[in-house]
Amino acid sequence: MRERESPQAKRYARLVEQEKPVISLVNNVFKAFLVGGGICLLGEIIKSTLIARGFTNDIAGVWMSIILVFSSALLTGLGVYDEVGRYGGAGSAIPITGFANSIVAPSMEFRSEGAILGLAARLFLIAGPVIVYGLVSATGFGLLRSIFK
Amino acid sequence: MNYLLAFLFGGAVCAVGQVVLDRTRIKQADLMVILVVIGSFISALGFYNPLVKTFGAGASVLVANFGHVMTQGVIKGFAENGLLGALEGGIISAAPVLGVAILIGFIIGLLFRPKG
Repeated sequence: MRERESPQAKRYARLVEQEKPVISLVNNVFKAFLVGGGICLLGEIIKSTLIARGFTNDIAGVWMSIILVFSSALLTGLGVYDEVGRYGGAGSAIPITGFANSIVAPSMEFRSEGAILGLAARLFLIAGPVIVYGLVSATGFGLLRSIFK
Repeated sequence: MNYLLAFLFGGAVCAVGQVVLDRTRIKQADLMVILVVIGSFISALGFYNPLVKTFGAGASVLVANFGHVMTQGVIKGFAENGLLGALEGGIISAAPVLGVAILIGFIIGLLFRPKG
C-alpha cells in the first residue's frame, strides 16, 4: 500500500476511526436487545405453558424462574452459555439466567482450589454481593414502605 | 401480544444495560447489583407489580425481579408478623430460586469442567 494518500483519504480514514466505536456500540446494544428480549420471551412462553397446565400465576412465575436457572446452569456446564454471553453481553447477564451463570461458572472454574474454599466459596463470587445488597435494600426499602404507607 | 411485550421490555432494559457497560466503568457484576437495588426500590414504591402485570416475564425474568421479590417478602412479612416477619420475609421469598441456584451450582461445579 502507498504511504502517500490524498487529504480526502486521510480525512475519510479519520472519520472512519471516529465512527467505529459508535458502530460497535450500536451493534452491541442490538445484540443485547435480541438476547435479553429472547430470554424474556422464552420465560413468558414457559410461564404461559405452565398456566395452561393449571398452575396459578404466582406458582408458574416461580417455576419459570427455576426452569430458567436450571437450564442456564446446565448450559454453563456444557460451555454453551459462555458463547451466549460473548454474543449478548448485558443481554445474557441481566436476566435471571445470567445470575445462575454467575454462580455456576466460578464454582466450576475454582473447583481445583478445593471443594470448600474453591467450589463452595467461589460459588458466591457474584451471587454473594447480589444477595447482600438485595437483602439490605429489600429490608430497608420494605420496612420504610411498611412504616410510611 | 404478551410475548411481544415481554420481548420488547426485557430487550430494552438489556439494551440500556449494554450502553452502561460499554460507556462507563461499571462492570457486569456491578450492573447486576445495581439492578437488584433499583428493583427493590421500585418495588417498595409500588411500581414493580404493575410492570410485571404489563410486561410479564419481560419484567420478572430480569435480575431486578430478585430485589422486587425480596422487598415484597419483607412488606408481606411485616404485615403478617411485624418486625420478625420483615426480617425473615426477604430470604423466605427469595428461597426457591436461590436454593435451586445454589444446589445446581454445586452439582454442575462438581460434575463439569470449564472448557478451554
